[in-house]
Parts: sequence; C-alpha cells; structure tokens
Amino acid sequence: MNSILLQFLELVLALALAPVLTGWVNQCRAWLQNRSAPPLLQPYYQIVKLFEKDVVLAHHASSLFRSAPYFIFAAMALAATIVPTLSTDLPFGPAADAIALVGIFALARVFIALAGMDIGTAFGTLGARREMLVGFLAEPALLMVFFTASLISHSTSLATIVETLAHRELVIYPSMAFAGVAFTMVSLAENARVPVDNPTTHLELTMIHEAMILEYSGRHLALIEWAAALKMYAYSCLGLALFFPWGIPEGAKFASLAIGLPSLLIKLAIGGFLLALIETLSAKMRIFRAPEFLGTAFMLAVLGMLVHLLLETGK
Amino acid sequence: MPLSIHELLSIDWLIALVVAWLVIGLAGLLAPRNLSFVGKTLYPLGALVGLAVALVAFHALGETAEIAVLPMGLPDLPFHLRLDSLSAIFLLLLGAAAAGISIYASGYLRKGEGTAPGLQSLQYHIFLASMALVLLADDAYAFMVAWESMALSSFFLVTSDHRKPDIRRAGYLYLLIAHIGAISILLSFGVLQSSAGLGATQGAADYTFSHMRATGHDAFWASAAFGLALLGFGAKAGLLPLHVWLPEAHPAAPSPVSAMMSGVMLKTAIYGVLRVSFDLLHHPLWWWGVAVLALGLASALFGAVFSAVQSDMKRLLAYSSIENIGLLFVGIGLALTFQSFGMLTLAALALTAMLYHCLNHAAFKSLLFLCTGSVLHATRERSLGKLGGLIHPMPWVAWLALLGVIASAGLPPLNGFVSEWLLLQAFLFTPNLPHSYINMLIPVAAAAVALTAALAGYVMVKFFAIVFLGQAREESISQHAHDAGWLERAGLVWLAALCVLLGLFPVFVIEKLDFVTRTLLGAGVYETAGDAAHTQNWLLLAPISADRASYEPLVFLLMITAVVAATFFIVRRFWHGRLRRSAAWDCGFPLQTARMQDTAEGFSQPLRQVFEPFYRLTRDLPTSFDKAPLYRVVVEDHFWYWLYLPVARASEFGARMVAFLQQGRISIYLLYSFLTLVVLLFLVRG
Repeated sequence: MNSILLQFLELVLALALAPVLTGWVNQCRAWLQNRSAPPLLQPYYQIVKLFEKDVVLAHHASSLFRSAPYFIFAAMALAATIVPTLSTDLPFGPAADAIALVGIFALARVFIALAGMDIGTAFGTLGARREMLVGFLAEPALLMVFFTASLISHSTSLATIVETLAHRELVIYPSMAFAGVAFTMVSLAENARVPVDNPTTHLELTMIHEAMILEYSGRHLALIEWAAALKMYAYSCLGLALFFPWGIPEGAKFASLAIGLPSLLIKLAIGGFLLALIETLSAKMRIFRAPEFLGTAFMLAVLGMLVHLLLETGK
Repeated sequence: MPLSIHELLSIDWLIALVVAWLVIGLAGLLAPRNLSFVGKTLYPLGALVGLAVALVAFHALGETAEIAVLPMGLPDLPFHLRLDSLSAIFLLLLGAAAAGISIYASGYLRKGEGTAPGLQSLQYHIFLASMALVLLADDAYAFMVAWESMALSSFFLVTSDHRKPDIRRAGYLYLLIAHIGAISILLSFGVLQSSAGLGATQGAADYTFSHMRATGHDAFWASAAFGLALLGFGAKAGLLPLHVWLPEAHPAAPSPVSAMMSGVMLKTAIYGVLRVSFDLLHHPLWWWGVAVLALGLASALFGAVFSAVQSDMKRLLAYSSIENIGLLFVGIGLALTFQSFGMLTLAALALTAMLYHCLNHAAFKSLLFLCTGSVLHATRERSLGKLGGLIHPMPWVAWLALLGVIASAGLPPLNGFVSEWLLLQAFLFTPNLPHSYINMLIPVAAAAVALTAALAGYVMVKFFAIVFLGQAREESISQHAHDAGWLERAGLVWLAALCVLLGLFPVFVIEKLDFVTRTLLGAGVYETAGDAAHTQNWLLLAPISADRASYEPLVFLLMITAVVAATFFIVRRFWHGRLRRSAAWDCGFPLQTARMQDTAEGFSQPLRQVFEPFYRLTRDLPTSFDKAPLYRVVVEDHFWYWLYLPVARASEFGARMVAFLQQGRISIYLLYSFLTLVVLLFLVRG
C-alpha cells in the first residue's frame, strides 16, 4: 500500500515540480545574464493562461494533431513516474526498464514530429525534420549510457541500477565519467537547450522545438509546454539517479521522505543552476554542427562502455 | 487403410490444406477473367485456408515431430515431410499473414492491372502452397522443388505488370539472384549429405534431412556447408551484398504480393538458415556467429540508411525490410555465438528475440505494404513527392498505418519494441562470453543496433508524415482519394490487431516460442525465467529474472490511457473545450502553397549529409541565373558499381570469348569434333 501511495506521490510531485524547475532554470539564467528574473512560478501562470484561452486550429489540422498533445503529456508523465526519485521500490518500476524509458521518449518524439508535420506548413515540417535529426543520434547515445550503467549493475531495471550505483564504494568509475559527459550532451539536445536549440527563440533559421509546435495554441499548447517541463524534470532526475544516486531512499517508507525529498530538491536546484550556467556560457551552434555534437555524445557513450569492458570487468 | 477423422495427424491436415490452396489456385483457371468470382470467392477461401493453417500449426507447437511420406518425387527418394516446432512457428506466421493478405487481396483486385485475375490467383496460391512445403520438407529434393516453385511463382507475381520495362528488369534481377542462391543451397545440401566421405557408398536416401542430422561433420566441411547455406538463404533474405533485388522486386509487385514477399517469403530464408545451422549442423563454431552478426549489422545499418533517402514509398519499405532482415541475422549470430560456447539459455534468449521479430516483421511490414496498396489505388501515385494529407480522405488506412509505423519504429507498447528489447537484453549478456576479444566487441555492436532502431524511427516518421499528413502536394491527389473498401479494411485490421496483440502479450508469445528454442537448443527462456513468469504474473515479461530486467506492456498502455483520459477529463471539466478554426500561421507571406511543404527529399536531406559516404550521389544543382532551374539528386547503391557491374562485365567478357568458338559454319564444328577425338585418342592411348 505504501509503495502505491509513494508512486502516486511521485507522479504528483513530478507534475507539480516540473514547471517550477523550468521556472528556476529561467530565473538562474536571467540572473547570470544580468537581467531581472521572472517569478519562479511564471511557467505555472503561463500554463493556466493557456488553458483559459481558446484553441485556434488551422484548417488542415487532422484528429492526430488534436490528440497528439494528450499522448505526449501522458508519455512524459509516465517517464517521470518510473524514474526513481523518492523511492526505488515503485509498483510501476517493473513495467518499464531503462530501455523502455528510451522507448517512451522516442514515442513522444515521434508524436510531436508527426503533429508538427500535420498542418503542412514549412515551419512545422522543418522543425520535425530537425527534431528527428537530433533524435536519431541522441536516442542511441542515451541507450548506450544506460547500457554502461546496466553492465555495471547487471540489470536494466532502473531501481536496481540506482541501488547498485548508490551502494558502490566511492571510487570513480571511468566509464561512468564518459557516460556522464555523454548524458549531459544528450540531455541538452533532447530538452532543446542552448548549444543545440534555444527555448526562447522564434527565429526560423535556428528553432527546432518551437518550430514544431508553432501551430499549437490554448490547452494543446499548455499540455505541450507542461510535457516539455516534465521531460526536463525526468531527464534531471534520471541524471541525478544515475550519477548522484546518494540520498534516494530504498524501499517504500514514508519516514525516508524526510531525507529523500530535501535531497532531491537540493540536487535539482544545483542541477538547474548548472544547466543555466552551461546555457549562458555556450553559444548556439549552427544546425549542421548538431550532428557532430551528438555524434560526439554517441561516441563518448560507446567509449564509456568499452572502457568499462576493458578496465572494470577484471577479466 | 481407412482412417477416421480423429486419427489424422496435424501434418495430414496441413497437407490437405496445402492441396486446398492448390485447388483454389487451379479453380481460378475456370474463369480467369471473372473478377468477382476470383476476387469474392477464391481469395476469401484462400484466406480461410490460411487461418486453418495457422490454427493447425499453433496446435502442433510443442507436439512431437510428425512425419509423412508422399508417393511423389524421385524413384528412391519420395517426398519426406516433417512437422516440428520450428516448422510450426513459421507455418503459423505464414497462415496468419496469408489470412490477412488474402482477404485484403480479394478487395484489392482491379480490372486491367497486368495478369488476368484467375491466373494471378493461381500464381498466388501456388506461391502460398510452395512456401508451406518449404517449411514442411524433410529431404533436400522436396525442399529444392518447393523452393524453386516458390521462386518461380513469385517471379511471375512480381512481373504481373510485365508490359513495363522496369518491372521486367526487376523480375529478371530477382530471378537471377534467386538462382544464385538456389545453387548455393543445393551445394550446401550436397556437402551435408556427403560427409561420410567421398569413397563411401551413397544412396538417394542420404538426401533426407534425418540422414544429414545423424551424420557428423568435421569443422571444415561443416563450415563449408554453413557458408554455402548462409550465402544461399542470404540471397533470398536480402542480406548484404545480395540485397539488390529486394528494392527492385518489392515495388514492382502488386501490393498484396509485396506484402507476402516481404512479410513471409523472406522468413522462409530465415527458416532455412535456422534449419541448417541449428538442426542439421549441431556444433556451431564461434566465428560463424560472429560472421553472421557482422553481416546482419551491416545489412541493418545499410537498410536503415538507404530507406531514409527513398522517395518511392514501396522502395522505402523494401529497404526497411533489409534493415529488419539484418536485425534478424544479428539475432541468429548472437544465438550461434552463445551456443558455440555452451551458453544455451542465453542462446535461447537471442533466438527468442529473433523469432519474435520474425512474427513482428511479418505483421507490421505486411500491414504497411498493404497500406501503400490502398494509397496506390486511391491516388495512382507512388512517389512521396506528390502525396500528402491522405489522413483526411482515408482515415481508416491512415490510423491503421500509424499502428504499423509505431510497431515498425520499435516504439512501446507495440510489438516492434518487444523484440528490440529482447535483442538488447541478449546483447547485455555478451560480456560474459569466455573469449577475450569478442566479449568486448559484441557489446559495442549493440550501439549499431541502437542506431539502426533510432534510424527506423526517422524513416517511419518520414513515411507516415509525408504520405498521410500535411496537405496534398498535387491537386489531383486529394480530389480522387477514397478510403479502402471493407474487405481491404478487414485485412488491414487483422494485421494491425496482430501487431497490437503481439505487443501487449509477450509472455504468452514467448511461452510458445519456447517450444522452438527447446527443439533447437534444448533450452528455453520461459522456464528458466525463474518461474517468475509462471508464479508471479503473466503480465510481466522478465526473460532472465525480474530483478535483471522487466517490461509490462499492458500496464504501460493502461497507464498512458489513464493519464490521457484523466487529462482530457480534467481539462474539459475545469476549463473548456472551445475551439475555432483559422488559417495556419503564414509568417506574413500569404502566397504559400502546398508545394512549399517539406518534400521527401527535403526531409531526408540532413541524413544525406550525415551519411554521405554511404551513398553514391549524383547531384545537379541549378545556378542562381538558370532560366528553368532543375534540381536533381540521384542516390545509388555503391554495391552496383563495386560488385555487380564488374561481375556483369566479366561474365559478358567471358561470354564474348566463348562466342569466338561459335563461328556458325558446320565445317568448323566438325573440325572441333575431329580435334576432340584426336586429343581423346591421345589421352586414352596413354
């Protein structure tokens, strides 16, 4: 019973915390760039405002266009649910392991790309094409990061990975260092962050994510914005779970929330600040440099795996 | 001996059903031009027979092998047939796919499309029957007869519209490569039966599979037999470098035939490889597995990279078939490697992944090919550059195609994901291999599999979005397009339902696949799953142990559905459902047309750039001052220029050299005879 409640709590926490995390990153970025920062809850205001507004739908929009935001939102909610944040003993944990998690992200990406192409304007198709370009390299890189972690922990189940990694002695695995760099690069690309994409741009030469969702408005846009926030939250929690798993309580006890929740919040705050720092320090690159960037991430992830096999298996 | 109906074995039923297919085919000759008789009577009957084949085969899974001998064939070698679990699973695949495809075909037939319908029905049903016989054959002769009938009947089906030179060319290429493969298979069987040594007495009975199974082979001859079989079956499957016929023949054939060839016929080649390497030869060497793995990876990556740049929707799917065949061979390679080191459970895991993918590919690729058939009939257009927006006039086809696309892209919760997941799980065990290099290289090969899967997603988005979404790129497309008829829909729904069921109930499927791995390897995944699958629940797919990896597609789907429903309800309850229609955002430029959407070429342009060395590109780019600017890109396969054209030139050169002997004058030929006699006399004298 406890574990089911905890699972539900984790879902609610993800839904509630995701926009705050986005707001926090925006705030940090504004501070670092000497601008006056928007309020922390600004993404919430935005989402509520969008829910209030009417949907303006293009004439050519099909039913797929209207249903896609719900699918994307559900996929991201599921992803945020199965990443262990508050506990490793989650009833939905066995439903999907690390490979299935990559599958969920891919499912959401396919739906958003299809929705982008549904109206049949140049912007949507351009965005969808670029998104798939980013995706086809980011997805295997992410999978290889998971592979390295799975080879270390002999499991692809996220809970087992986190437990194993949290219990090891404080030795730095060189393979996880490679994997960490690769994961950071993939997360930047997947969440439409600066060196690859710019979440604040609407310039047609550079935008990826924004181009795809240009035709969305009202509640559909609200769901997509929320899903994007959830995706960033899921990726952040995933990074924390893989590379800084200390503090995630094992088993399902409410008492452990006293440690689990504050440590999660602190880690997210630091992670968000670092993300803003990376975004401030780097420049957006040309779209055709993106494959090189992601190819590097892919190679690093594969190298990480090779390093693990060469150095750490002890054969 | 009179037999009551209860004593009939499964194999007798199967023989009767195969005969039924032949009879249905022959019945088409009664009224070859009568469309409604052939379409509305014969094809649905064929579909029923397919369903029956699937049911009998399903029943035969896990039963002891049954043997039958038909009074046909060579004097000393009648047709031996045998039904074991391996045959049964592929017969199940054949029957289930044939049921869907035949019922679709009965609605698909039109007047004036190539061969007369009755004749086509004959070819089609012979094709089905010969595939069933390939799967049942238990001696080399029966196998080759069935194999060749399959190749020939499919050749006639491919060249159904033989008035077009392109199609004749495709058919010729197909026939040529099919025969190179057939010769190689024949030689492989020769090596397999002759291992007793060249001096030993040989009879025709040596050509039964049971004899081949019983004899041992030394490493060299076993490798030779394996290599020849791999070449022969690889040619049929479209394995690199013998893949070139596939993207030519699949688009040339009528869509139900493309579906049958891609979904089922390629699998008969997989069956052949499995039969030879796991059943007839017992002890694989580790490098066989590695070689198969490498070939499979190369094919998979090649297929994915090439399907991304195709502009013809059926060619795109054909290249995607090469990719999937590559993944199947990756599974076979892994299973062989594991088996050679005696790790039978892991071999069973890899083999299960591979068999699962066989079923999946049969379901989703047939579905997608049939969808292109409906699009083709609705629009008369195969080029992606002209299609678009078909989700509006053809919602049935579009939504069913979406299921196929999700399955084909390997996304959860549909079936493509399950086999991909199992394959990756098998890869995760490869570091345990007791060999110092390959235990490091094979895990890294998983990266290539992951890249292929991601590319498949790109390809499928391109396929679906360009055909069904957006706006029609040509005016005429949207005017005439209409949805598929109800018979066509029935076929599509059947295949789509298979995709969904295979995706949602993996534990049940694996329980059945276990019979096959148990027959071939003596080990299975289902039992060793630590009874986890048994005792805990049937929702949880956990092939090795639940602690290690698990996946519950049904929970997954329920969760997504619940969130979708809850979100929808909450949004409507607390806010509103107001909506108004308006023009799309035009960025202040009102003169936009449907032609300004991204084309198929445009969509794949980034990939052309990333994978440029893979392609042989010919590009004509207009300059800024051209009066009539023409942009042209031709993407070709390097293999044509590196392998096929040199071989073709060499054989032409050889033919010309031989032609020198043919002077066409009788005196010259008499001179040849005279010289031959003189030489022979000289030799005999010594």
